[in-house]
Amino acid sequence: METLLQQIVNGLVVGSVYALVALGYTMVYGILGLINFAHGDVLMVGALVALQVVLFLQKAFPLLGAVPTLLIALTVAMAVCMALGYIIERTAYRRLRNAPRLAPLITAIGVSFLLQTLAMIIWGRNYHSFPQLITTTPLQPVEGVFITPVQIIILVSSALLMTGLILLVNKTRLGRAMRATAENHRVASLMGVDTNKIIATTFIIGSALAAVAGVMFSSNYGVAHYAMGFTPGLKAFTAAVLGGIGNLGGAMVGGVVLGLVESIGAGYLGSATDLCHLPSWAQSASLIETCANGGSFELLSSNYQDIFAFVILGIVLIFRPTGLLGERVSDRA
Amino acid sequence: MKKTLIALAVLGTTSGLAQAQEVVVKIGHVGPLTGNIAHLGKDNENGARLAVEEYNTKGITIGGKKVKFELVGEDDAADPKTGNIVAQRLVDAGVKGVVGHLNSGTTIPASRIYNQSGIPMISPSATNVTLTQQGFANIFRTMANDAQQGSVIGKYAASKLGKTVAIIDDRTAYGQGLADEVEKGVKAAGGKVTSREFTNNQATDFMAILTKIKAQKPDVIVYTGMDAQGGPMLKQVKALGIPAKFVTGDGGCTPEFIKLAGDAMSEAAFCTQAGLPLDQIADKTFKDRFKKRFGADVQIYAPYSYDAAAALIEGMKAANSAEPSKYLAALKKVQFKGVTGEVAFDEKGDTKFGAITMYQYKAGNWVALK
Amino acid sequence: MYELAEAVPWLGSRNPRAARGVVLALMLIAPMIALSAGNTWVRILDFALLYVMLALGLNLVVGFAGLLDLGYIAFYAVGAYTWAFLASPHFGLHLPFWIVLPAGAGFAALAGLILGAPVLRLRGDYLAIVTLGFGEIVRIFMNNLNHPINITNGPQGVNMLDSLSLFGWDISRHIQITDDFKINSLVLFYYVFLLCVVGSVIVIRRLQLSRVGRAWAAIRDDELAAKAIGINVRNMKLLAFSMGATFGGVAGGLFGSFQGFVSPESFSLMESIAILTMVVFGGMGNLGGVILGAIALSLLPELLRSVALPVQQALFGHVILDPEVLRMLLLSLAMIFMMLLRPAGLLPAHARYSRPELAGAGRITE
Repeated sequence: METLLQQIVNGLVVGSVYALVALGYTMVYGILGLINFAHGDVLMVGALVALQVVLFLQKAFPLLGAVPTLLIALTVAMAVCMALGYIIERTAYRRLRNAPRLAPLITAIGVSFLLQTLAMIIWGRNYHSFPQLITTTPLQPVEGVFITPVQIIILVSSALLMTGLILLVNKTRLGRAMRATAENHRVASLMGVDTNKIIATTFIIGSALAAVAGVMFSSNYGVAHYAMGFTPGLKAFTAAVLGGIGNLGGAMVGGVVLGLVESIGAGYLGSATDLCHLPSWAQSASLIETCANGGSFELLSSNYQDIFAFVILGIVLIFRPTGLLGERVSDRA
Repeated sequence: MKKTLIALAVLGTTSGLAQAQEVVVKIGHVGPLTGNIAHLGKDNENGARLAVEEYNTKGITIGGKKVKFELVGEDDAADPKTGNIVAQRLVDAGVKGVVGHLNSGTTIPASRIYNQSGIPMISPSATNVTLTQQGFANIFRTMANDAQQGSVIGKYAASKLGKTVAIIDDRTAYGQGLADEVEKGVKAAGGKVTSREFTNNQATDFMAILTKIKAQKPDVIVYTGMDAQGGPMLKQVKALGIPAKFVTGDGGCTPEFIKLAGDAMSEAAFCTQAGLPLDQIADKTFKDRFKKRFGADVQIYAPYSYDAAAALIEGMKAANSAEPSKYLAALKKVQFKGVTGEVAFDEKGDTKFGAITMYQYKAGNWVALK
Repeated sequence: MYELAEAVPWLGSRNPRAARGVVLALMLIAPMIALSAGNTWVRILDFALLYVMLALGLNLVVGFAGLLDLGYIAFYAVGAYTWAFLASPHFGLHLPFWIVLPAGAGFAALAGLILGAPVLRLRGDYLAIVTLGFGEIVRIFMNNLNHPINITNGPQGVNMLDSLSLFGWDISRHIQITDDFKINSLVLFYYVFLLCVVGSVIVIRRLQLSRVGRAWAAIRDDELAAKAIGINVRNMKLLAFSMGATFGGVAGGLFGSFQGFVSPESFSLMESIAILTMVVFGGMGNLGGVILGAIALSLLPELLRSVALPVQQALFGHVILDPEVLRMLLLSLAMIFMMLLRPAGLLPAHARYSRPELAGAGRITE
């Protein structure tokens, strides 16, 4: 039982990081219809900038406590990423708004490579260890289920950020303008919405969230690296599509579902496909021999962890072609 | 502008003069200089470079002429296809020998190209058993292979550290090959493998597989993969409160691992490395010379890379020729004192003195166990 | 071919026939020119031709039928592994190429159908992510099917694949004609690959102008209208997936025979993206553009690799950026600026049936 609970906790922690990153994908997609492939690398920049600031503060102001150090680092990282998001939108995407659909996809991949290469020049090729500012001694809310303070902070702050974002989009003037731009860019601009500004703002907000996710990621796992953005970026993109791309709630649901599926799948797929669980009449002689003394014959195991995301995605999309929470669109969309 | 041109011209003539007096012998090096394990690729290249530079200052004469060795570094990005292209590049560039590649996955296909052109290749770090079993006469390595290392890990884990062992590998040619050998070693020592789990070489989250392992309560967790995953993994072992001992192979036996695992490091962490420990290797000053020359610490394989380059040069010296066809026979028989100790190859091309050392973490460092 | 000829500067528009001759001659003598710079360049040209085949196949799916496929490399993998299973010591089978290559193409086509069938209803970016997932699933299976039963030999890959032997000639060996005249095996591979590319171009060209090609164009431009005029959208989409996959399968088989070794590392997501980049970079929907894109993007990194170091040394006297870093830097900048300046690619499609840019011009313009 505590194993299952632990797997759920693991899944929630991973899932909420995916969800934060997925929000960035989904916001940009909702407004521009563009897959911002460079989003994962913005996360990487956020983590590495924060690392740099933390190292600097620890050297220059060693008396500053752990929490202020982390907060300052986070703020700087967010600021840098917001600027970066704006620059990316301005230089790489704005000119292509009416170009063939795949052109911005290629520039996005180009931007992603560029950010990685620049990060490699600045921070080198090594994996950097991210200082542990918050204690890593795990807590046990339930006997046998472990959770570290960092993980609690991740869960709480991503929930807060997501709620904040939903309020922003649904309740404020800016949010209304964003929704209008997403609905129809031209009509929105006829109604007096400065769509260029709104699109830039979307990128800025998404990048800030990516920075937060990057700092969370690095402080949880204790590493930062110039290529670290790729895997979370890919998973988050999958999560965004799973939930219904363009839909904020969908991104969150997608992220959490994906996190849970991965951790529970990796934990239980092995024993679920263990042929030793077959009734004995269905087992061959050699199988019985393997299974004797508590042996096992697992057809699939945690080596397939990385495909659960895609298999679930495939199945969901077959039945709901626009994702879990996606709106039904006519063929004419 | 004119000045620089003149300066360039002068530079050109002086180097031309220098060339007239000595023969330049090119030695190739290949490793991943981009991608996930670029830091290890650079480490290898630096090792080979240090060897070449030190032999140059010694002044070597081959066939009556003074020889200047030159290292041609190439990047294979740990990708087999790129590996083949750069292998061909080195062959075209007229290198007389090659140090590399780093990964078994790129070394094995590239070894075909070196074999076709008859150029000796010595890998400092490709430990997959099949590399030297292809029947190629010109393929060598300076590091003990996975079979040797895996059986040491397996036996140590199952006899000294506990009875039950969980094995995690990173699904690379290296990790999977080593994990299979560890499993054999555990069974040979009468231990039990509770489960084989898997991750990949880009992962950072291992909570799901570790939680599964925790439920089976093994005495030891063995991870066969690189430091970049191993360090964070050990951290997560601690975060889940798993009391098991943690053992990695040579890929995790680095200062980097200690940095990445942070405060999760304890005396329950072990690693193995082929060859002798860095502070016990024959050449005590290697570490400092390396640091002085490149401003970086030795990661893992640099001493083996140094010895691989040295073996090529010693072979040339022994045959008194830098022609691959002539010195290959001498290289097979070469025996000398390298920075890692005695260097010599068996009939397959594997290292003859494949010592494996077990390390335990103590007070900030990997400390060799007797 | 015609599009390539037209792209020849100056001559192309004035004397298309002469321009075609120039293109043909260039293709034929390319390995000789490359040989003077070393075997490496012939090997790079060989790989460039494989990428041309892949790009042509992917163009069929993305450029003609408008189905964004981010997992195309999976079909390449299927072809390569078919070669590895049927012609290597792994299972002890050594079948001749005229069985193995069609088998690879067939399995790839089947894989195309398997991918195509469930995703027929998906559109645009949903399709992109599912195909991306498909590519990863294939790679992960290749990487893990060594346990509990060994099928693919896992991450170790399959080694010692048979080479291509044509009429008893093993073309991975040099052919000695007289004592001092021999034909380099890399050059032989070049001509074999060139033959395959030319064959593919002819087939694809015919296909594009046929009923099928027009039906694909119609589906790409407006699926609903296509359905309304009686095109069987489902079958046409499946056909596009499996036809595109076939070319990938053939290229994969050739890759296996050329490399002599296959392992799952060669079929990563980055490769799929690289091929898509070639298609878009060159000019989606335009055969000449696609060929040019594939050649340009496979040669560019290698050119940078050999130029970067000497140039820096001559300019600054020492190396400021590692050539590998510079290579990545320039490649990414090239991708960005190329798309900003020519969003429809190097050679944009202009024929009636090949204008994907009309179809997908973003949601904003709708």
